[in-house]
Amino acid sequence: MNERDLSPQSAAGALEYNPSELLICSAARLMPDHTTAFIGTGIPMLAASLAQKMHAPNLVVIFEFGGTGAILDKLPLAVGGENTFHRAVAASGICDIVETAQRGFVEYGFLGGAQIDAYGNLNSTVIGNYFHPKVRLPGSGGGNDVGSHCWNTIAIMRHDKRRFVDKVDFITTPGYLDGPGGRERVGLSPGTGPYRVVSNLGIMGFHSESKRMMLLETQPGITVEQVIDNTGFELLIADEVKENPPPTSEELRILRQEVDRDRLYI
Amino acid sequence: MKVIESGIGKLIQPPDINAFREWNRNKPKSLMDKRMSEAEAVSRFIHDGDYIGTELYGTVRCPMSLVNEIVRQGKKDLRIAGQGVFELDMLLAAGLVKALDVTYIGLEVYGVSNCLRREVESGRVETVDWSNASIAWRFKAAAMGVPFIPVRSMLGTDTLKYSAAKVVECPFTGEPICLLPALILDVGLIHVHRADKYGNAQIAGISGFGAELARASKTLIISAEEIVDSDEIRLHPDRTIIPYYLVDAVVEAPFGSHPGEMCYRYVRDEEQIREWVKASETQEGAQAYLDKYVYSLRDHQEYLNFIGEQRLNQLREAVSE
Repeated sequence: MNERDLSPQSAAGALEYNPSELLICSAARLMPDHTTAFIGTGIPMLAASLAQKMHAPNLVVIFEFGGTGAILDKLPLAVGGENTFHRAVAASGICDIVETAQRGFVEYGFLGGAQIDAYGNLNSTVIGNYFHPKVRLPGSGGGNDVGSHCWNTIAIMRHDKRRFVDKVDFITTPGYLDGPGGRERVGLSPGTGPYRVVSNLGIMGFHSESKRMMLLETQPGITVEQVIDNTGFELLIADEVKENPPPTSEELRILRQEVDRDRLYI
Repeated sequence: MKVIESGIGKLIQPPDINAFREWNRNKPKSLMDKRMSEAEAVSRFIHDGDYIGTELYGTVRCPMSLVNEIVRQGKKDLRIAGQGVFELDMLLAAGLVKALDVTYIGLEVYGVSNCLRREVESGRVETVDWSNASIAWRFKAAAMGVPFIPVRSMLGTDTLKYSAAKVVECPFTGEPICLLPALILDVGLIHVHRADKYGNAQIAGISGFGAELARASKTLIISAEEIVDSDEIRLHPDRTIIPYYLVDAVVEAPFGSHPGEMCYRYVRDEEQIREWVKASETQEGAQAYLDKYVYSLRDHQEYLNFIGEQRLNQLREAVSE
C-alpha cells in the first residue's frame, strides 16, 4: 500500500490531496446521473469513473472512437483502449459517435487545452504564429468536435496567467467565440456552448448575457483575489462566491483505491 | 451556393472523384491470394511522395509492423493524414514526412510529441489542421464517392481558418455550414484482428474510422494478427468491416500493433512506450531508438524475436477476462 492511501491529516485536520485529485473530484461532481457525457483522455476519464462509483451509476460515458455506455471499473489509458467499451452498450466508430453528438444526443463534453479566454475559446494547436510556431501542440483531436456539438462543455484547466489569457493564440475549439450570438452567427447549434471551467483555483461559469467567464466558486483555501491575480483577463465575479467543498474522504478513498489503483494519473 | 469563408490552408490532396471511380473500376474483383511480406507490400505499393493514412486510435490497433517497414525502406516525402500517437512519431523521427493533414499527434497521457515539435517548429513539415471527426468525415466523403461533405464541426474557429475547408450558405436552410473536401488516399494502412488471404478483414471491438479509411484508399494494405480460413470469415460475415475487393495486400503480423495494444488480444507495452517517450525528447535519442527497434532488425519476425516471447506472453496474459 502506498503511503498516500492513508490520507494523512494536516495540522488543520483537513484531508490532504494533490491538485489532480482536486480537479478530478470537482469535475466528477459536475456529471449528473442519467446523462450522456463525452469523455476525453486523462482527468475526465478518472472523473467519470469516480462519478459512476459515487452519485452517477447511470452516467453514460461516450468515447470518440466508438465506446458508448462503458462501466468504468477499469481505467482506460487512451480514448480507444479496451476499457472505453468495457461492458458497454455499444461499440461503434468515430463517425457514429460524433454524428450522435451532432444530432444533439450528448449533454456534456469535457475538454482541456493550453489556453482559454474569457469566452471559453480553447487553444490546443500552437503557441505563437501558426506558420512559425513557438510550440507546436498536438492539435484539436476531438476537442473541436466536442466543443461544436455537445450541449454543455466543461473545460478542465490548471489556472495561471499563461493559460487564462486575454486572447488565445489560436481558436482550436469554439467557446462563445466573440461573445453573445457568436456561435449562432457562424452556424453552430443554438443552445450549445461552454458551461463550466474547473481549475485548481475555482469553478467558473459564463454570464448568461455577456457570455464572459464568471467566478462561481473558489477552491478550498483560495481567495477571490488569488483567482483574479492568476487570470489574464477581466474575470466576472458572481454576487455570492461560494467555496467548493474539498474532496471528501469517501471521494478520495474511491479515487485512490478503486478508480486509479495503480496510480497512473494521481 | 454562396461561399462565406474559405480556409487558407493548402489542400494537400485534392479529391478527383471521377479518377477514383476509374481506379476502382480497374481494381481486380476476383478472389486472389494477396498474402505477402511487409517488405513486399511496402516496396510494391508505397512510393516516395505518396499520400498515405494510418487507421488507429491512440496506441490501439496501430499498423506498427507496416510503419516500421516504411521506416526501414526509407520511403520519403510522404504526405500523411495524421491522427496518431506512436506510429506517426516513428515516421516524423525518421524524417520521412513532408506534409501533414493533422488532427492530433501527441503522446496522450505522456504529453506533446517532441518529434512533431521538432519537425514543425523547424519548418521541415508543412501542416494543415482539422478536427478528429473532420478527418474521418473527409474519408467518409471519399467512401461515399462524393467530393465533399457538409458538417457542423470547425465553424467559427482558427481550426477552420487555417484548414482547406469552406463555409457556405446552406441552399436548404440558409444557415452557414462547413464543407469538408473528400480525402482520397494513395495508400491506406490498417491493422486488424483477422483477415483471410483475399483480404476480407474483421475488427473486434470499436472500429474507429476503419470502414471509412478503407473505402477512401486507392491502395489498401492490411496487416492482421491472424490469417484465418475464408470459411471462418463466411461464418460471421456481419463482422467484415473491410471486404476483399478494397484490399491489395494482406500481411500476417502477430503483435503487429506492438508496443500498442490490440483489444481482447494483448495490452500495450507501457515500458517500451515510456522508453520512447524518454528517447524522443532529443533527436539523437529518437535515432537511437529507431536503430535499436527498426533499422537493426530485418523484419517484423526479427522484431518479435528481439522483444522476446516472455514479454509478449506477459502482454497477452494481461488482457482482462
